[in-house]
Amino acid sequence: MTKRIEDLKIKGNKRLNKDIFILELSGNAKIPEMKPGQFAQVKIEGSPETFLRRPISIHDVDYENNTFKLLIQIAGKGTDTLSRLEKGDFLNLIYPLGNSFSLPEKGERSLLVGGGCGVAPLLFLAKNLKSNGYTPDVLLGYRNIERIIEYQEFSQTGKVFLTTEDGSKGEKGFVTDHSVLSSPSYDMIYCCGPDSMLKAVAGYCKKNRIRCEVSLENLMGCGIGACLCCIVETIRGNLCTCTDGPVFNINELKW
Amino acid sequence: MVNLGFSIGDLLFKNPVLTASGTFGYGTEFEDFMDVSKLGGIILKGTTLEPREGNSYPRMAETPSGMLNSVGLQNRGIDYFEKNIYPHVSGYNTNVIVNINGNYVDDYVALAERIEKLDKIPAIELNISCPNVKMGGMAFGTNLDSAREVIKAVRAVYSKKLIVKLSPNVTNIVDFARIAEEEGADSVSLINTLLGMSVDIKNMKPSLSTITGGLSGPAIKPVALRMVWQVAKSVKIPVIGIGGIMNTSDAIEFLIAGATAVQIGTASFIDPQASVKIVEGIREYLADKKFSDIKEIIGLINRD
Ligand SMILES: Cc1cc2nc3c(=O)[nH]c(=O)nc-3n(C[C@H](O)[C@H](O)[C@H](O)COP(=O)(O)OP(=O)(O)OC[C@H]3O[C@@H](n4cnc5c(N)ncnc54)[C@H](O)[C@@H]3O)c2cc1C
Ligand SMILES: Cc1cc2nc3c(=O)[nH]c(=O)nc-3n(C[C@H](O)[C@H](O)[C@H](O)COP(=O)(O)O)c2cc1C
Ligand code: FES
Repeated sequence: MTKRIEDLKIKGNKRLNKDIFILELSGNAKIPEMKPGQFAQVKIEGSPETFLRRPISIHDVDYENNTFKLLIQIAGKGTDTLSRLEKGDFLNLIYPLGNSFSLPEKGERSLLVGGGCGVAPLLFLAKNLKSNGYTPDVLLGYRNIERIIEYQEFSQTGKVFLTTEDGSKGEKGFVTDHSVLSSPSYDMIYCCGPDSMLKAVAGYCKKNRIRCEVSLENLMGCGIGACLCCIVETIRGNLCTCTDGPVFNINELKW
Repeated sequence: MVNLGFSIGDLLFKNPVLTASGTFGYGTEFEDFMDVSKLGGIILKGTTLEPREGNSYPRMAETPSGMLNSVGLQNRGIDYFEKNIYPHVSGYNTNVIVNINGNYVDDYVALAERIEKLDKIPAIELNISCPNVKMGGMAFGTNLDSAREVIKAVRAVYSKKLIVKLSPNVTNIVDFARIAEEEGADSVSLINTLLGMSVDIKNMKPSLSTITGGLSGPAIKPVALRMVWQVAKSVKIPVIGIGGIMNTSDAIEFLIAGATAVQIGTASFIDPQASVKIVEGIREYLADKKFSDIKEIIGLINRD
């Protein structure tokens, strides 16, 4: 799959809550084929403090309308600058980058687990699984009811389970506390979110011998395999999160 | 027509824009974005005799107008290079140069001997300035006697073009450039990264696993430019300028200050096409100013 560098036009910037927003982008040229799990290196204009590009997952793709979306959480100066973009502005991207989630075997049951803005790559994955004939379940974890995002969107792809840390919606606790995991009935679990959540889910999967893929969010210099800054320790030695990942099977990681 | 070519001894380069070691992988990473053969040359990532895993994560931190790295020469060693990388890069229609590193003088010598045998590699860049390894690297490049020893030893076994890459982490970089020239180096390249550090106040820990790392990017350009100017006035061999070059005007500053050529480093992370854009930019600049040969502007400010 060829990578490209391109100015894309902002078609919309929608606030989901205080610090999460969705940018909808469209190209002049036909957008390339993208896969769930892949990401873009986004250029931040205007400040020497946000000198490097920021990696952001592909959230949703609409080939018919030649648009795709990025779901972004304001984490610092770079993402804050992105949150101020308006319809008609341009954004420079290098994309699509990285590997992608693998499909389950025929007839296998899969669960997508996401926390906070970790849901970003999972919607594209859920839709992709659905169009390939799977019916994945989704388990989403949020801090509280106000933080819940993308519930409707995921509901259209399958069953959605919820947890909130304060119990204001869904089951109380972390994703790994949810009752749907109490009797292991999945063959494959996909997970994206904060490190602590990835490790908890990976631990659960190892214990119950469930195949599991996680998407890592290592710091990146280039995003194209040139700087070797984004490495993760694996049983095959140090690998680049940007080219060998961001999706890894947990059995490969030295966790 | 504007002539952009230059030479190191009898080795010709079609233009003065090369890519800096460790920032351009093996070139292959950039093929989707550009035609690598349009460059004057590419310097491949730091290579060692044995495979190296480098330092642990995190090995990068962004700083205003720059970045710190402590990659620590991760590479798969010369055997892997010969078998898997060399066949591909020897297909590029440009000068492909290997950046060599070692813990001991003997490592550098053994590597130089191996690379001498590779027909399509016309030059090596001797890296005595890596700040991110415990042994070798910058230790050679910050002590005049060890610098002389390693350059002399490599020169004795390597007959093609020898470029010595200098460290800015010294009191007087000119002394090191002079030693390289005296010991028969064909060119010097400078600067490697400046030793720096950053602290993550959220976690109250150093940002890098190694605590210190090498600073690169626009933040170091004025320092690099000053050093290139000092060295260019002091040696006769061609000087290759490196440090924070992001665009054509940055590159031209180095040429006017005395660099015969430049290397593009960190800029390639932000714009993978930066290097080829700079080739075209220099061509346009010279045409605009009505110069027919790039040599006319090299070291312009140093002429009486
Ligand atoms: C492959 C990949 C995909 C990603 N996808 C998304 C996505 O779809 N949506 C989204 O909102 N974010 C995503 N991220 C995280 C995002 O890149 C960072 O949040 C962003 O770079 C922060 O930039 P900033 O300038 O706003 O913050 P900075 O000022 O650079 O940092 C602010 C805080 O965020 C933390 N941070 C910085 N970089 C990262 C990082 N790479 N991962 C985690 N924390 C970081 C810093 O430690 C710091 O505490 C992804 C990261 C990777 C590697
Ligand atoms: C991630 C990274 C890796 C590097 N690896 C090497 C290396 O292996 N050998 C070397 O001689 N220089 C290495 N350098 C230094 C660069 O080649 C260059 O000298 C330095 O970055 C300054 O140029 P810049 O500001 O244009 O990046 C590296 C720099 C970076 C940012
Ligand atoms: S971010 Fe540069 S190699 Fe992965």
